[in-house]
Amino acid sequence: METRHKILVLDDDADWLRLCNELFAQLPSKPEIRTVASGARALALMETEPFRLLVCDLKMPRMDGLQVLSIVRRRFPELRTIVLSGLEDEEFRSRAYALGVDLFWLKTDMQANSQMFLDCIESLLGRDLEGGFRGIQSKSLMDIIQMECLSRSSTVMRITRGSLVAKLWIQNGELIDAETEGSCGEAAFRRILAWRSGTFENLPAEPGRERAITKPVNALLLESAQAMDETADSVDPGSIEQTTHRKTIWKLALLTREGAEFVIAVPPEGQGEIETMGTQPSEPLAKWACLAAETTRRLGERIEAGPLSHVAANNLERQMLVLNQDNKCFLVGWPPDVAAGPLLEKSKKLVSSWDS
Amino acid sequence: MGFLKRFFRSRAAVQQLPIGSLTVDRNGRVVTYTVSSVYPKALLRDIGQQVLSLFREARMAQMPLAEISIHFASLNITARELRGGAVIFLLPQTAFSPTATSPHL
Repeated sequence: METRHKILVLDDDADWLRLCNELFAQLPSKPEIRTVASGARALALMETEPFRLLVCDLKMPRMDGLQVLSIVRRRFPELRTIVLSGLEDEEFRSRAYALGVDLFWLKTDMQANSQMFLDCIESLLGRDLEGGFRGIQSKSLMDIIQMECLSRSSTVMRITRGSLVAKLWIQNGELIDAETEGSCGEAAFRRILAWRSGTFENLPAEPGRERAITKPVNALLLESAQAMDETADSVDPGSIEQTTHRKTIWKLALLTREGAEFVIAVPPEGQGEIETMGTQPSEPLAKWACLAAETTRRLGERIEAGPLSHVAANNLERQMLVLNQDNKCFLVGWPPDVAAGPLLEKSKKLVSSWDS
Repeated sequence: MGFLKRFFRSRAAVQQLPIGSLTVDRNGRVVTYTVSSVYPKALLRDIGQQVLSLFREARMAQMPLAEISIHFASLNITARELRGGAVIFLLPQTAFSPTATSPHL
């Protein structure tokens, strides 16, 4: 018996969901279509039902599309993903592809070329599940190691580059040892990270392996990235782009791991651009964060209450913290269901490693 | 003797921290307060107005807030939005005070 594939469409716009429903009903394979208006609901639904394809919007309240996609990539690696967005910004396109989406379409293009779009969807639905590793060819070794650690897996990664062979031991998401060309531990890990291409395979975990690396993997990755940046030709636009891309990935992973919704980092005036991660760029929000930090700092001086630690704010949708770190003002957004107690520590941890 | 006191006796060396609560209306006027009457009214008004400005600016940034907590080294100010005004709680921090962030609504 032929099985009908299931498509999940996630968008906060009810009219758009209706339109997608009608459009996808024209697909020759007649898939079952489900629509949801929030990321949380989509994730809950995917836990209970097997879907073949997720069609996701980017700009949504509370949990935006990039957050949903980063969770989906880890929890449901076999799920095909399409981003359907109205945001004509190359940054979002590259960020979506960095998260391993199969297709990025603009909503305007979809309406203009609906038949081509349907063909793409039909092709994605038709592909075999045993299709190997999607997107791996565009990922650096750094990204692959980070993915392994983020998924808290236990494995031995065997990496080969021509005649060179290396092994990385990962236990419960922590890098415990590395070995290549007669060196081991951190030195070996740094040497392996310098390899620009190669192949890898996952071998069964070796739980009895003695720990030789004690530093957190993120710290090692960051040190190596910095070392590579320093040695790389600074005027090569390709390398700059690669570094930016790596930093973006790292920050997104940090955000997801800590469970924060978004971070807005505002540098002092005239010293760079506002950096937004996990939400749409919002100048009013950034301005409010700076205003909150400055107003309360001055108030503290007047009433002699000592230095400002932080400002916390909440409404029914989210909790937020305003913090200052290295002359930058940070606004960190958290879901409303995160316990208030550890929020400060978690936010401090997040902002202190932001530019490190 | 007592020459220096002529110049310095009128001012306390350290400003005391406010403890208690106050309510401010939407115009920033202090309506009621339980803070000691010794504490300068101008500073209370200042606290009220600054807190209201934070609520107002947040609304303008499309992010209306229900509660704001300002954490200083020695004082916590917790304000809840109240129909355009606010009820504000002032709590000096001691070594035994909890360090959690604002309670979740």
